[in-house]
Amino acid sequence: MAETTVKYEKTKGLTDKPLSYCPGCTHGIVHKLVGEALVDLDILDKAIGVASVGCSVFSYEFFNCDAQQAPHGRACAEATGIKRVLPDNIVFTYQGDGDLASIGIAETIHAANRGENITVIFVNNAIYGMTGGQMAPTSLKGQKTTTSQDGRDTDWTGNPIKISEMLATIEGVAYIERVSVHDPKHYLKAKKAIKKAFQYQKEKKGFTLIEVVSTCPVNWGMKPVDAMKWLSKEMIPVFPLGVYKDKGDNHES
Amino acid sequence: MNHNVKVAGFGGQGVMMFGQVLAYSATYDDINGLWFPSYGPETRGGTANCSVIVSDKQINSPTFKNANHLVAFNLPSLEKFRKNVTDNGLILYNSSLIKDEVKEEGRLCIGVPVNDIATELENEKVANMAMLGAYLELTKIFTDQTIEAIIKKFLGERKAHLLDVNMKAIQKGKDYIKNLGVTYA
Amino acid sequence: MAKVLMKGNEAIALAAIKGGVDAFYGYPITPQNEVPEYLSKHLLANGKVFLQSESEVSAINMVYGAAGAGARVMTSSSSPGIALKQEGISYIAAAELPCLIVSVMRGGPGLGGIQPSQADYYQATRGGGNGDYSLIVYAPETIQEMVDTIKESFDIADYYRNPVMVLVDGLIGQMMESVDFDKPVKERFLPEKDWATTGTANHPGRRNVANSLEIDPVALEQKNIRLQEKYKLIKKNETRYEMVNFEEEPEYVIVAYGTMARICRSAIEMLAKDGINVGMIRPISILPFPDEAFDEIPKKAKGILCAELSMGQMLDDVLISNNGRHKVGFFGRSGGMVPDPEEIVDAIKNFSERVVK
Repeated sequence: MAETTVKYEKTKGLTDKPLSYCPGCTHGIVHKLVGEALVDLDILDKAIGVASVGCSVFSYEFFNCDAQQAPHGRACAEATGIKRVLPDNIVFTYQGDGDLASIGIAETIHAANRGENITVIFVNNAIYGMTGGQMAPTSLKGQKTTTSQDGRDTDWTGNPIKISEMLATIEGVAYIERVSVHDPKHYLKAKKAIKKAFQYQKEKKGFTLIEVVSTCPVNWGMKPVDAMKWLSKEMIPVFPLGVYKDKGDNHES
Repeated sequence: MNHNVKVAGFGGQGVMMFGQVLAYSATYDDINGLWFPSYGPETRGGTANCSVIVSDKQINSPTFKNANHLVAFNLPSLEKFRKNVTDNGLILYNSSLIKDEVKEEGRLCIGVPVNDIATELENEKVANMAMLGAYLELTKIFTDQTIEAIIKKFLGERKAHLLDVNMKAIQKGKDYIKNLGVTYA
Repeated sequence: MAKVLMKGNEAIALAAIKGGVDAFYGYPITPQNEVPEYLSKHLLANGKVFLQSESEVSAINMVYGAAGAGARVMTSSSSPGIALKQEGISYIAAAELPCLIVSVMRGGPGLGGIQPSQADYYQATRGGGNGDYSLIVYAPETIQEMVDTIKESFDIADYYRNPVMVLVDGLIGQMMESVDFDKPVKERFLPEKDWATTGTANHPGRRNVANSLEIDPVALEQKNIRLQEKYKLIKKNETRYEMVNFEEEPEYVIVAYGTMARICRSAIEMLAKDGINVGMIRPISILPFPDEAFDEIPKKAKGILCAELSMGQMLDDVLISNNGRHKVGFFGRSGGMVPDPEEIVDAIKNFSERVVK
């Protein structure tokens, strides 16, 4: 029998439960990055994830750690409740843009303002996925959704809300970066950012949020590859990638 | 023994404290005390009132239609509550502010110039204590020792230096009643 | 510790501390503000958690998080605030997590007023949250009973893994009364919270998940059946009520809870002097409601008067429990108006005018 060497192994940060996401969706990649970060930093057995409402509602079944499932928009409040009684554990939320930027924006802003020492993984795909492609506060100008069928009219519904820019103005925030996973180069940057956010939490630096600009091929009505292209061409100009706030390695708080 | 007491006046006249001293004293003496305030916007600047029940039995209803004792620090309070005093009840009023003599059939009505007493003591804030002294002299429901212990507790360490003037005001209230030669209890 | 005189809201806070509360999350609202004020000082000073949230909604979800993490946790609020908390309450009940919710009722509907009321009986017992969930709701009548109940509530919540609500009106919150904080609490065997999300390091080989989602209808129905079995057990073990003045067959029976029950006690004494013997069923748990108490009403009784500081909410449970056996009348005041005992005396004397069914 030929000798086999392991070249690649699924991270122990995820369970063996098959992901429930649609083909071509980037949630799977982001899950993997989170799982890997928890393993790499040796914090998986201290981690408590908070799942939100939306496509990632089942994420409590995928992250290989303890978890809670929050009501729509309330993940940051629930994470606060956990973190305050278990300050030495690692607490993170995993939320979409409908959940975080719309119904849960108050919880998010105030958790950031308190400098809650939690990590928020914010997956922004500019649409409500699970409920069937409705307009999100992050939907682009002119974007066709099931509730903006002629394209988002920004005079009527406002412009896409920019969470990373907004939260970066808040004192309690330790680190915010907007990343993307649409190609290997950006994937590696995203990996670094997510790991750094958890590292900061480990060092009790304060609130960290990584916004991942993501795709929703099914509700965008595109093939996965076209969705990646659309993300790069249309979304990133509206949601520019980069570090929006970093209190730095030496800033202990 | 069961006394339903209504204490009323302007906010800032020490109405709430007067009532609380009675309830604290009841607890101190190991009988039952219950105090509740009119609360909300009207207590700020407007009229304030509180209800107190002192009883050696279990206190049931926290509300009562007619008080055994009404303590009125100003005219609006007197007018509001004077018809809700039981037969043989006591109406104690602030004659520094209520100049006309108060009369209610079958009720003992006593005016005490508590603001004047407080002025004599050079501390406007102890008017309520002068009223308390008068009230205690008439009703005799608590001993001097109990009252002093409660006033001490109220003042705490921060205001301990005010114990003397408070006790003096109580004594002057008592003396005022003694000099009138009126008895009630 | 001897009896002390204490304001109801502060007594809620101190009772919670005596009951071992680890964390409080809440939002300011009248007439319960002394609860968070007292706890902000005394919890933080003792290394426990006090956090003022940005909203009622946030507060209850912080409670959810901390309860899931195994802490003894509570919140307190008043009528419109409890309305906002209903979503979270449903989730906590569904995830079978223990917590204490204190509700100090004020007049409604809407913003209503801030004076005492019992108009949130439906809110407490029927809930505004979604689904077939049930709380355990106690409605004490004195500060002493409230303190004893709150201390025990944490144990009851832990035992059944279910949220407990202590429901009082603003008068109990605002009044001061003599109270003993050291009355012993019934001892219960409380299993370790091995379900808490504390990190797998604390329970290797098992992931703990606090969750209310059950996407498979078969599984969700099974869960609901299991929940109902739990609620039946709670009804059997934790239903509380007091029968007042039933030694001799009462002519009339009043049903009242909380402050209204105290007012009725005085009315019953007044009525006795007039030669009218009146008894009272005083539900202490309003959920589960003590319907078995109605079996003790004598056949010859002339009627049942349900008395509330609302326009007739517990009346539903009284009608259901009476099941057509006696005439049922209703007396209610609302909006913050608290009656004197004389009004109850009058309602009994003119019972025929009060009959609703």
